[in-house]
Amino acid sequence: MEILMCIVAGILFTAATYLMLSKSILRIIIGTGLLSHGAHLLILTMGGLKKGAAPLLGEHAKSYVDPLPQALILTAIVISFGVTSFFLVLAYRSYQELGTDDMDQLRGNDQYE
Amino acid sequence: MNNLIILPIVLPLLTGILLIFLGKNIKWQRWLSAISSFIGIIIACIVVQTVHENGIQTLEIGSWKAPYGIVLVADMYSSLLVLTTSIIGFTTLLFAFSTITREREKFYFYSGVQFLLLGVTGAFLTGDLFNLFVFFEVMLMSSYMLIVLGSTKAQLRESMKYILVNVISSALFVISVAYLYAVTGTLNMADLSVRITELGQSGLITVISIMFLIVFGLKGAIFPLYFWLPGSYNAPPTVITALFGALLTKVGVYSLTRVYTLIFIHDQAFTHQILLWLAALTIIFGVIGSLAYSDIKKIIIYNIITAVGVILFGVAVNNQAAIEGSIYYLVHDMIIKGALFYLVGAIIAVTGTSNLKKFSGLIASHPLLGWMLFIAALSLAGIPPFSGFIGKLKIVQGGFEAGEYTFSLVVLLSSLFVLYSVMKIFINGFWGESAKNFAPKVQTIKGMVFPIAILLILSIGYGVGTQWVSPYITQASETLLDPSIYIQAVLKE
Repeated sequence: MEILMCIVAGILFTAATYLMLSKSILRIIIGTGLLSHGAHLLILTMGGLKKGAAPLLGEHAKSYVDPLPQALILTAIVISFGVTSFFLVLAYRSYQELGTDDMDQLRGNDQYE
Repeated sequence: MNNLIILPIVLPLLTGILLIFLGKNIKWQRWLSAISSFIGIIIACIVVQTVHENGIQTLEIGSWKAPYGIVLVADMYSSLLVLTTSIIGFTTLLFAFSTITREREKFYFYSGVQFLLLGVTGAFLTGDLFNLFVFFEVMLMSSYMLIVLGSTKAQLRESMKYILVNVISSALFVISVAYLYAVTGTLNMADLSVRITELGQSGLITVISIMFLIVFGLKGAIFPLYFWLPGSYNAPPTVITALFGALLTKVGVYSLTRVYTLIFIHDQAFTHQILLWLAALTIIFGVIGSLAYSDIKKIIIYNIITAVGVILFGVAVNNQAAIEGSIYYLVHDMIIKGALFYLVGAIIAVTGTSNLKKFSGLIASHPLLGWMLFIAALSLAGIPPFSGFIGKLKIVQGGFEAGEYTFSLVVLLSSLFVLYSVMKIFINGFWGESAKNFAPKVQTIKGMVFPIAILLILSIGYGVGTQWVSPYITQASETLLDPSIYIQAVLKE
C-alpha cells in the first residue's frame, strides 16, 4: 500500500513541477496546490499505513493508527490554505495592476532607478 | 516552572494582536509597538544572563515530557540571536516612524512587524522540527504581507516570485520532515540526535540531511538557491528590506547550523565538504553581485549573500575557532546589515535615487550620514576596532587550523571586495563635486539618524568590548560543538 501511495505522491510532484514551470500564474498556483497535496499524502504515507482503528479512544480497539502525522497534516493543510488564498488574491491584484498573467512579461527592473 | 523563555515569543504575539484592534490610530500603534519592543530587549537580556548563569533553559509546554510535547530550548546561541533580533526590531520601528508612509501604517504595518519578530524568535527558541516549520510559516506569512504592503507594481511582481519560492521550499520542508519521521519516529531535535546516533548515519539519513540543506539554503540564500533574493529584497521600502536582510536569511543560517551541529553529525566527511564548497561559492557569487551594481540597495543586498557564505564557512569547518567565529560574525552581521540598510534608506530619502551615478558630493550637505556610512563600511569589511574583525579572524583561523587554505583565502579576499563595494558608495556618492542637476533635499533626517547611530554604537561596542562578549560566545560554541550538552538539557537523562 505504501508503495502505491508513494507512486501517487510522485505523480503529484511531477505534475506540480511541470505546472510550476509554465508561464501562466494560475497554472503555477494550481501547481502549488498539487505540491501541497503531494506533501500531505507523503506525511500520511511515511507515518505508516498499517491497519488500525481511527485514533479515537472511544473505539476501544487493540491498535490505532498513528495520530501524530494526522495532526501534522492538519497543521500543514491550514497553513497552505492561508498561503494559497493570499497567493490567489495577490495574483488577482497583479492581474488588475499589471494587466498580465504571463510570468515572462513580469520581468525587468522598470521604474526602480 | 520557568516561563521566562517563552516571553520573547508571547510579547510580540500579544502586541501584534492588540495592534490589530488599534487599527487606524497610528499614534497609539507607534507608542505601543515601540514600548513593547523595548521591553522585548530587556527580556532578551534577562534570558541571555539567565542562560549564562544557569546553563541551557528548557520549557516543556503543557508539562509534557520532552520527546512527547513541544519544548522550547534557549541555549546561549539562540538567546544571543533573540537579543539581536529584538534590538533590530526596536531600531526598525524607530526607523519606520520617520520613513514609512501613512497608508502603509494604517494597514497593519506594525502588526506585521510584530508577527515577523514572533516568527523569528520562535524559530530561534524552538526545540522541535515541526514547530520550527510552523514558526517559519509565521515568519514567512508576515514577510509576504510586509513585502507587498503598499502594492506598487514592482512590489506585486517581486512578491509573487518570493511567495512562489517560499511555497516550494515550505513543501520541501514538510517532505523532509516526513522522511525524517519515517526513519526515526520522532520530531524533537534532541531525541532525533540520540536516535540517529543509535542508528548510525545511514545513506538515507545523509540524503535527508541534504534535503534539509536545500530547504534551509532556500531560506538562507546560499549559492545555487539565492536567485530569488536580489529581486525580492529590492522591491519593498528600505525599512522592510532592512528587517528582512537582518533577520530572515539569518534564520535559515541558524537552522542550518543547528541541524548540522546537532542532528546530522555522523557523516561529516560528506556533508561538511558540500557545505564548504557551497559556502565558498556563495561568497564568490555574492561578491561578484556586489561589485557589479551601481545601485546602492543592490550592493548591500548582495553583501547579505556574501555574509551568509562566510557564516556558513565557519559552520562547515566545524572546529572551536571557526564555530566561535561564525557566531561572532552572525551577531555582527545582523547588526551591521540593519545599519547599512537604514543608511541606504536615509541616502535614498535625501537624494531621491538609489543610482550611484546620479549623485555625488553629499558629504558637504550631510557630513554625519557620510561618516556613519564610512564606519559601517569599515565594520562590514572587518577592520580591527569594529565588530566584523574578530568573527572573520576566528573563522579564518579555524579554516587554517583545519587545513582549508584555499577556502580561507577566499574568505580573506572577499573582505577586500566587500570593502571596495561599500567604499564605492562612499567615494562616488559622498566625495567629489555636487553633481549637476542634483539638489539634495534639505529635508531633515533626524529621525533616521537615531536608529542608525544606535546600531553603529552597538557595532563599535561589540568590536571594542570583545573581551566582555567572549564568555557568552564561548558558551554558545560549547553547545554547538558538543551536542550532548543540548541533549542532556532537553531529555534530562
